[in-house]
Amino acid sequence: MIMSIESKDRKINDTPGFDPARRSFLSAMAAAAGVTLAPGVILYGISKSTAVGAKAADAEVSSAVRWGMLIDLGRCDSGCDDCVNACSKENGLRGFGRPETDAQWIRKVEITNPQTGNSKSLPVMCQHCENPPCVDVCPTGASFKRADGIVLVNKHTCIGCRYCMMACPYKARSFVHETLEDQKPHAPRGKGTVESCTLCVHRIDDNRQPACVEACADTGGGAMLFGDLNDLDSEISKRVATYASQQIRADLGLNPGVRYRNL
Amino acid sequence: MKQITYSEIKGNNASFYALAAILGSVVLTALGCAFYMEHYGHYVTGMSNQIVWGTPHVFAIFLIVAASGALNVASIGSVFGKPVYKPLGRLSGLAAIALLVGGLVVLVLDLGRPDRLIVAMTHYNFKSIFAWNIFLYVGFMVIVAVYLWLQMERRMNRYVKTAALVAFLWRLILTTGTGSIFGFLVAREAYDSAIMAPLFVAMSFSFGLAVYILILLAVYRGSERDIGDVVMRKLSRLLGVFVAAVLYFTAVQHLANLYAAEHTGVERFILLDGGIYTVLFWAGQVVLGGLIPMILVFRPATADSNRNAILASILVIIGGFAQVYVIVIGGQAYPLDLFPGMEVSSSFYDGVVSGYAPSLPEVGLGLGGVALSGLIVLFGLKLLRFLPVSLANAAIDPHHKAVTDRP
Repeated sequence: MIMSIESKDRKINDTPGFDPARRSFLSAMAAAAGVTLAPGVILYGISKSTAVGAKAADAEVSSAVRWGMLIDLGRCDSGCDDCVNACSKENGLRGFGRPETDAQWIRKVEITNPQTGNSKSLPVMCQHCENPPCVDVCPTGASFKRADGIVLVNKHTCIGCRYCMMACPYKARSFVHETLEDQKPHAPRGKGTVESCTLCVHRIDDNRQPACVEACADTGGGAMLFGDLNDLDSEISKRVATYASQQIRADLGLNPGVRYRNL
Repeated sequence: MKQITYSEIKGNNASFYALAAILGSVVLTALGCAFYMEHYGHYVTGMSNQIVWGTPHVFAIFLIVAASGALNVASIGSVFGKPVYKPLGRLSGLAAIALLVGGLVVLVLDLGRPDRLIVAMTHYNFKSIFAWNIFLYVGFMVIVAVYLWLQMERRMNRYVKTAALVAFLWRLILTTGTGSIFGFLVAREAYDSAIMAPLFVAMSFSFGLAVYILILLAVYRGSERDIGDVVMRKLSRLLGVFVAAVLYFTAVQHLANLYAAEHTGVERFILLDGGIYTVLFWAGQVVLGGLIPMILVFRPATADSNRNAILASILVIIGGFAQVYVIVIGGQAYPLDLFPGMEVSSSFYDGVVSGYAPSLPEVGLGLGGVALSGLIVLFGLKLLRFLPVSLANAAIDPHHKAVTDRP
């Protein structure tokens, strides 16, 4: 009896770097090997579904989870950009001294109410929308949303048309305008493609918090809370249920995964 | 109506080769520009993370929009059965394909990864209007090619009307798709409107016909064939109607936006204090590309002169480029409104009007698309029988002859 690898691996196509052609080739090879070389051998799938938040490296991403963030502006200082620096360090983002074309995955925005003069400071990054316009408009499907709500760009199929940058209401995406060197292995980037905050997907898959959240807690004001919006017992869900929170451009109906308090 | 005789152009004199050489060198320069941009990365252009679509898109969109409009003349002849336009149909189809190819080449060479064109051809997200446009463009070329063949192959002439109808409907859908690339951008205040689709359809009629008139006159003068004032008068009046349609849709677009308080900011930017964009809108699109061409083609004193038809067409093209520039670049320059009613600032240019100046490689690439379209028309005319031997009044309109022969 031959058991297809594919049956145990169904939702992996939601992961970055997934290549359907490669998978079908491997499946075919496995099946062929089973038939011709060792009839009767059972190929066991090796992935197992594991508990949310402690996902094995090869386990499928589950839509039971919706990763999100709650950022409390009451704790976010105007002069603090620890989250921005942590992001740059974690993902190997380096400026070229050309602010108009340098990539920014997360930025601090200062907002002032012209009537009252009241000012606030907040970090803005990819809002990881439930209905992301960047994913809708991408011609090749390179912009995609993972089952757990993280919006990513497949670097292998992005053709650099930049339509997603036109469509994103949050100005969250950057285009790589030059040749890059010394990239971080866990955060691959590519000249001529579009990129944005990955919510530190490599850390999340490793059961760690995004770099910005960690830095904010360590040296910043502790304004950022990361967690599973679908888990009613998670701290983020409890706070979202207890206190008023806001979404940027809520009128667009995109239901972003990043929420703000005291906005 | 008389039997129309078509023939190739000779294309063996010095001026033909000189023109081909000039166009060819512009195309080669454009390839050099594209290579330069791809090699160093887009930072060498005027584009940035704020203005992500620059001058190449202005050229590409103008050419693509004009491509579908260049087919007007063929449609009027075959779909709407106007005999005077029928001899002009073949050139119309050729111009449509040439302009579309020129525009698409610019678009592809401006991609961050033009080497991944094959990815764009094999991976589709059918929710994306961009992906739909890929089908619409390729389909347009195939349909127009078949339409041309049916016109040229005498045995197949009876199918011309059906093909013409398909081509006409397809080009309407195509330009609707191109306009919707902007119309579907819900977050950008300058776009996000269903009127972008009919506006682009009207723009295509106008730009396409203006380009067609110039090609027609250039080709007839260059190949020393007769062209009468009947054809030119009809074409230039039609151009005037299309120009009026563009102005109408533009007026409706801005009036509707002005009525909504949330859009007064972007309207003020385009119409009043947007610097270069305001100048291009009023002086370029409205006056040079709209009002003056209409006066030229409708005022009895100037309406019947070929020279004024040429002038009107050139002005419509200049106005068209200005309009596309205002739509594409001006629409991006105006900042996204993340926090309505608030003053905003950041290191990522939030809340400020973004600067943009076209760079030489961008302009070079765009001009290359225009030159490529010209080369395709030039060699198309040399290779196949696109051109009627004569478009003199008598050749296309027997009634005209009857009138002028009256003692």
